[in-house]
Amino acid sequence: MSHECDDRGCGEEATPGLSRRDFLCAIAGCAAAAAGSCVDPTHTSFFRDHLRELTPEDRAQMLRELEKDYSARFGQEVEVALDGPREGVEFAYALDLSRCVGCRRCVYACVEENNPSRDPQIHWIRVLEMDKEKGVDFAHANAYYDAQTVPRPGHFYVPVACQHCRNAPCVKTCPVGATWQEPDGIVVIDYDWCIGCRCCMAACPYGARHFNWGEPEIPAEELNPKTHYLGNRPRPRGVVEKCTFCIHRVRAGRYPACVEVCPVGARKFGDLRDPESEIRYILEHKRVFVLKSELDTQPRFYYFFGV
Amino acid sequence: MRTLKAFGEFVLGSLRIVLRGNGLYWLWLLFLGGLIVRGGVAYATQLEHGLVTTSMRDQASWAFYIGNFTFLVGVAAAAVLLVIPAYVYQWKPIQSVVILGELLAISAITMCGLFVTVDVGRPERLWHLVPGLGRLNVPSSLLAWDVVVVNGYFVLNLVIATYLLFSLFRRHKPDPRLFTPLVLLSIPWAIGIHTVTAFLYNGLAARPFWNSSILAPRFLASAFCSGPAVLLVVMQILRRFTRFEIQDAAIWKVAELMAYAMAVNLFLLGAEVFKEYYSATEHLSHMRYMFSGLEGHAPIVPYMWTSVVCSVVAFLLFLVPRTRRNPISLNLGCILIWIGVYLEKGMGLIVPGLTPDTLGEIYEYFPARTEIWVSAGIFSFGFLLFTLMVKVATPIMLGEFHAQSPTSAA
Repeated sequence: MSHECDDRGCGEEATPGLSRRDFLCAIAGCAAAAAGSCVDPTHTSFFRDHLRELTPEDRAQMLRELEKDYSARFGQEVEVALDGPREGVEFAYALDLSRCVGCRRCVYACVEENNPSRDPQIHWIRVLEMDKEKGVDFAHANAYYDAQTVPRPGHFYVPVACQHCRNAPCVKTCPVGATWQEPDGIVVIDYDWCIGCRCCMAACPYGARHFNWGEPEIPAEELNPKTHYLGNRPRPRGVVEKCTFCIHRVRAGRYPACVEVCPVGARKFGDLRDPESEIRYILEHKRVFVLKSELDTQPRFYYFFGV
Repeated sequence: MRTLKAFGEFVLGSLRIVLRGNGLYWLWLLFLGGLIVRGGVAYATQLEHGLVTTSMRDQASWAFYIGNFTFLVGVAAAAVLLVIPAYVYQWKPIQSVVILGELLAISAITMCGLFVTVDVGRPERLWHLVPGLGRLNVPSSLLAWDVVVVNGYFVLNLVIATYLLFSLFRRHKPDPRLFTPLVLLSIPWAIGIHTVTAFLYNGLAARPFWNSSILAPRFLASAFCSGPAVLLVVMQILRRFTRFEIQDAAIWKVAELMAYAMAVNLFLLGAEVFKEYYSATEHLSHMRYMFSGLEGHAPIVPYMWTSVVCSVVAFLLFLVPRTRRNPISLNLGCILIWIGVYLEKGMGLIVPGLTPDTLGEIYEYFPARTEIWVSAGIFSFGFLLFTLMVKVATPIMLGEFHAQSPTSAA
């Protein structure tokens, strides 16, 4: 079930020789060494190389250290995996706007699954309430509708999260290469490489990226201990995060949490390269559209009207 | 060896100069020092609690800090652009004009660096931007390009200023074979830094307010106003308190050029206003947020109108020969231009570009106290740096401060 990152996935093979970390440790000198950060190359995120340049051994050690840190912090066994993409798989998502009732269960299932900060509150999915008269019109959308029962008359609902664009403006704009697209189509962020400049947030046309403005807080009893390095592991303050299609679940052959929880079956997910998949059925038999197609971001997230 | 010794003397002498000054000088330093300390305290709070202490949120993810950064890139660029008229019109104090421009550029770029540093979430990871050590994402990331050109510009100006001052200090004539090409290189580079900074916003298709080809030209036009405005005031102060000779004609010529730059700036703004209001698409919302408010949200409207009024009045003051030659209306014009361009870049560029956000939400951003204090601290640090550098440069330019040790022939 577990696939190691290969050089097509989470990174290239590291080249032997003096690494950046060694160099930085050397110039940082005794202070860092005394603090113990250079003794163990991956213990601290500070002098670490880019994920794509770590050797498999360094990665394994880094994950172990993270597990130790998180386990101590949350008082329970926390797993940090780094499962790589599966060969020949390309994920895509489809959302049936005629079924969605705007109940926001996906929003909360996502929170339970992905360990975002509860205070300050971060939601990866934003459900927009729109007027039926106006169609899909962001200028008049309302994300803060407060209703006793949904759907409200005269309205329909458009949930928006990361669209995992093939032509992703966020990836293009990141000055340090802290966010990239994996071969299975998932756009990921390395929270330990992100400098928090927020260029990607300015570049994203879908408001999908969220910043940890304050110290992220997750009550220990609400933590999901099964995590992925590029996905739902607890985030540090001052970095950007977003939906990863539940990378830890989908790479293990499961559905994203939002797909599972949706009470009306509006959310569909699958492998584009599998001709038998539900997502392929939808693309072939329904008329789909993508948000803001004029920007040519080419999302892997489709919307359609199923009924 | 001799050079090294002279450099030691240069450094020690400079220290002595900055420690000497009248009451006004010390009062100014005290004022700046106080603000720097207050800014430092505010930054410490921000470091402790995170950027949540600012008013920025996901909807307005860049704001006051980045606005100040953009404004100062303009100041840095334009300070050096003043070198062009200095050459074209062959002013007598040409080296003084060049050196003042370079020193202002150095100070402004330092402030730019500080503004970016206080804006990022993980300042301790900024080394990820260093090519070779980190992973600078060129050529695709415009911020990566900006890091390269802005730092390059900083080094270029530092080299030029140090070389020029140190040569004069040693009573050497700066070697034109080295000096002239560097100064000439700094001119297109100055245009480059502001263009790349404009492209940083310009290239984001998600933000229609910025995604307009007119953005870079507008940046340059407004920078051509704000940068020289500082220098005009500084030149007058120097003329008043030192033996610096700066002819009225030179000052008037700069003021005239600023009038043309402001004319272009206002014209380009008008062109944008026309396009947005006449076509009246969804993209108009950003400009409406700026000038009239949107659905009752109008926190920056008064600032934008202040900016427009200041810019127009300053334009008229600089356009009419009588008012640009009168020292009172000239300096009033400089202050109005500074306010006009500062509000336009600091508040009018970034925040309306992000409001309403990509999903149509309107978040009323207004700078938090932390942001204002931190920014005041950074500006004070920049002004302090500029003050000290000008304090040392002035006696060198006047030939009052020079090497004691005998040097080979000048």
